[in-house]
Amino acid sequence: MAKMKSLVCRECGKEYPTKDIHVCELCFGPLEVKYDYDEIKTTISREKIEAGPKSLWRYIDLLPVEGQPTVGKYAGFTPLVRAHNLGAYLGIDELYIKNDCVNHPTLSFKDRVVAIALTRARELGFETVACASTGNLANSVAAHASSAGMKCYVFIPGDLEAAKVLGNLIYRPNVIEIEGTYDDVNRLCSEIAGERRWAFVNINVRPYYAEGSKTLAFETAEQLGWRAPDQVVVPMASGSLLTKIWKGLKEFEKLGLLDQVNTKVNGAQAEGCSPIATAYKNGRDFFKPVKPDTIAKSLAIGNPADGYYALKTVSESQGAMDSVTDDEVVEGIKLLAQTEGIFAETAGGVTIGVLRKLAKQGIIKKHDVTVAYITGNGLKTQEAVIDSVGRPIRIQPSLSHFTKKFELEEPA
Amino acid sequence: MTKVRIPTPLRPKTGGKSEVEVSASNISEMIEHLETSYPGIKERLCDETGEIRRFLNIYLNEEDIRFLEGKNTPLKDTDEVSIIPAIAGGR
Repeated sequence: MAKMKSLVCRECGKEYPTKDIHVCELCFGPLEVKYDYDEIKTTISREKIEAGPKSLWRYIDLLPVEGQPTVGKYAGFTPLVRAHNLGAYLGIDELYIKNDCVNHPTLSFKDRVVAIALTRARELGFETVACASTGNLANSVAAHASSAGMKCYVFIPGDLEAAKVLGNLIYRPNVIEIEGTYDDVNRLCSEIAGERRWAFVNINVRPYYAEGSKTLAFETAEQLGWRAPDQVVVPMASGSLLTKIWKGLKEFEKLGLLDQVNTKVNGAQAEGCSPIATAYKNGRDFFKPVKPDTIAKSLAIGNPADGYYALKTVSESQGAMDSVTDDEVVEGIKLLAQTEGIFAETAGGVTIGVLRKLAKQGIIKKHDVTVAYITGNGLKTQEAVIDSVGRPIRIQPSLSHFTKKFELEEPA
Repeated sequence: MTKVRIPTPLRPKTGGKSEVEVSASNISEMIEHLETSYPGIKERLCDETGEIRRFLNIYLNEEDIRFLEGKNTPLKDTDEVSIIPAIAGGR
């Protein structure tokens, strides 16, 4: 029996075969993979997972592929870092950083979703892969396409950080820079996806792609010793990651791998692009698209595809949402680097900034087991901090210059 | 008459027309009148409780009607209404 039953519309429940489709024909709702949990329950166990590969594929029973992984075999299983110093600073006893800065091979959580999307795209017979991206996704699609020998087109907005542009070009895909925002890129790609038989990982293959994010929740629970955290803080762009972390925890609960899950799921956005957090603050279950203006470019989606479901998830789990200014983003990046030695990209600054706010407001309490998700690497967004980290101290190659400069005493 | 722009997936209901004209005093009435002219279109626009489907955005002169008066948003003859699926394009 196959573990995937169908694709099902999240809105009206209409079912479809597990093909490269993502929107319900009847009501325009998004499609999601429907699993046979009864079947999965007969095979999955903590022991079997623990004996699996040291990658996200140890959770293959809950991932939407039919066969074995063929692309992205080494993605996932990143460190869950116990953050003693940052925890002490924020007044949280048990704080962890889920560190996807060091995901393989392109240093962001997108390596997870791309491993699933490309493995599935191959199963569906695609030879060309593509994506609309704010940078990290493009890097990951380009790298994986290269190793999989697939043709690749990546579409990015025209204002990306230099390292994210270079991080595409090096793999030699077709890199198309659009004169516009991510939302413009996304709209164009939707049109292209209708014309070509390409696997656009976040458009026509989205139902499979998005499921890869669940592995962040699976790993967290396993690495905590098969416990669900009390609080998680998750950055929001489209809002998909946040909903999938919740889904992953609930799946483990449903399958008996976790006892009761009472995790509060909190969402973080940058003030310059906070359509979801703004809707939350105004008590609405719908959001107003915005024109992004923030240094957190990887989160700069003004019209978030899963915004509605992110609002629903936060309300269901009794979590909260908040946003931070660009200055607070930079402070957040520095705070994480200077307490835990982890250099996160701007999205990580958003997460730490919001974590700090929630701790200060008493929403996250001292005894709450808390996990903050760091989804990308700081070396990719150097522009954000380059003017606020100072310069090296320059001296002549002489011992006396050194001791003088630092006002150290001469050694005895 | 108010001009209503029809997205590709709904054009089979309007005989392939990408733009139709309706005389209506508000969005609710517009939907009823569309249903009279193009039977079956209402089911695609509204759920079983009669609310406009969540993943369908209706814009009155570029403004989402959720931020106006929703289904009660008044219409004038010079207005233009666009119906746009929230998750655009693709197959």
